[in-house]
Amino acid sequence: MTKAPPKQGEFYQRDRRWHPPAYATDYKTSVARSPKLALISLENTPSEITGPRFGHSDITPIDNDLLSNYAQPDQSPIGERIIMHGRVLDENARPVPNTLVEIWQANASGRYRHKKDAYLGAIDPNFGGCGRTMTDENGYYYFRTVKPGAYPWRNWVNDWRPAHIHVSVFGSGFAQRLITQLYFEGDPLIKTCPIVATIPDPAAIDQLIARLDMNATIPLDTIAYKFDIVLRGRRSTLFENRLEGN
Amino acid sequence: MPQQSNYLKETPSQTAGPYVHIGLAPGAAGFEIYDQELGQDIVGPNAKGERIRVEGLVIDGIGSPVKDVLLEVWQANADGIYPHPEHAGHETVETGFRGWGRVITDFETGEWAFDTVKPGALTGRNGQKMAPHINLWIVARGINVGLNTRLYFDDEAEANAADPVINLIEWEKRRKTLVAKRSERNGQIVYRFDICLQGDDETVFFDI
Repeated sequence: MTKAPPKQGEFYQRDRRWHPPAYATDYKTSVARSPKLALISLENTPSEITGPRFGHSDITPIDNDLLSNYAQPDQSPIGERIIMHGRVLDENARPVPNTLVEIWQANASGRYRHKKDAYLGAIDPNFGGCGRTMTDENGYYYFRTVKPGAYPWRNWVNDWRPAHIHVSVFGSGFAQRLITQLYFEGDPLIKTCPIVATIPDPAAIDQLIARLDMNATIPLDTIAYKFDIVLRGRRSTLFENRLEGN
Repeated sequence: MPQQSNYLKETPSQTAGPYVHIGLAPGAAGFEIYDQELGQDIVGPNAKGERIRVEGLVIDGIGSPVKDVLLEVWQANADGIYPHPEHAGHETVETGFRGWGRVITDFETGEWAFDTVKPGALTGRNGQKMAPHINLWIVARGINVGLNTRLYFDDEAEANAADPVINLIEWEKRRKTLVAKRSERNGQIVYRFDICLQGDDETVFFDI
């Protein structure tokens, strides 16, 4: 039997002014896909505090290596070889250990391996474009991949997504579930992108920009970017009669 | 200058985009890469309780089905227990019961469906009983922050009437948007749950 973890309380409320609003005119698809009515706020119950758990039996060690997880033997995808690494922390700056991190992205040409993507950029026969890993006991994770290319999309007629990697993270409770996008330091497209601009606060946008990390670079092999992810934190105490009642 | 707190800000959300399947359901994107895709079996073979199918559409503000949505499911077992170490009784949950699943819509029709067992009622805040429900999280192109909702069951009218979360919704006519309709098809129990993102029958979404 596993030992019960230390008692933790409810999640801090999500700051909905820090996150993008549902409705953002310049990101056109959001116009018809955003609720008009206000969200109903819930205090946490067991349904929100708990969430799915994953283990190393769910994944294989190669799953975090996009340079090899879809490549033919002795071959490698074309593009800038990068390490993407960082920690998953909570708002209390505590590491989030043993949590699942999943990523997906276009290849170096900006082409996705998806049957609905018809962009002219070429498919790379040695690149799938998805990866997953578990954070270690200190909340640390890493992937190897290629830097994705910019990508045109039908929003305004000449819109291009900045180079980006989609990131999905779980945490320990369903209330922490998060999908976001990583951008790359210095990319001039970040300022032009209507999806980036759904986020109102420039400081929040900064939090999505991975920094070039020369110290994690492998000389003559792979350059590195650092991307820390912050999930909702929890209060440290909980009055017994508030939540559990069992 | 005021003192600094040591708190961090949550990483802001961004849309999952139209190609979410590549990362979270690569088989649907059109390629096989993982030994096992996660989220395809919610309850496993040993689950107690009534086997059910849940199906529906996600509908946008024009009334059209959304065909690139991904839903995640989180539910308790038939005894109302989540397979999570913070839920009392979790040691009793059946082996193989994950309680979590991933569901995508058909690219042509927008229909989605999943097979599971009907969850049991469970205790919420202050000892109040919550009616059986399934927690859903919805992401897609055009959705900037994943939407949370709950699916309740129309054959649990009494429990639903006493449910503390349903009763937080002050507009009674909106409560029905959370209640799935039961029917039987070829001997199988089916619950229909259409999710309306915007408009006259807009589904209730929660800030959890």
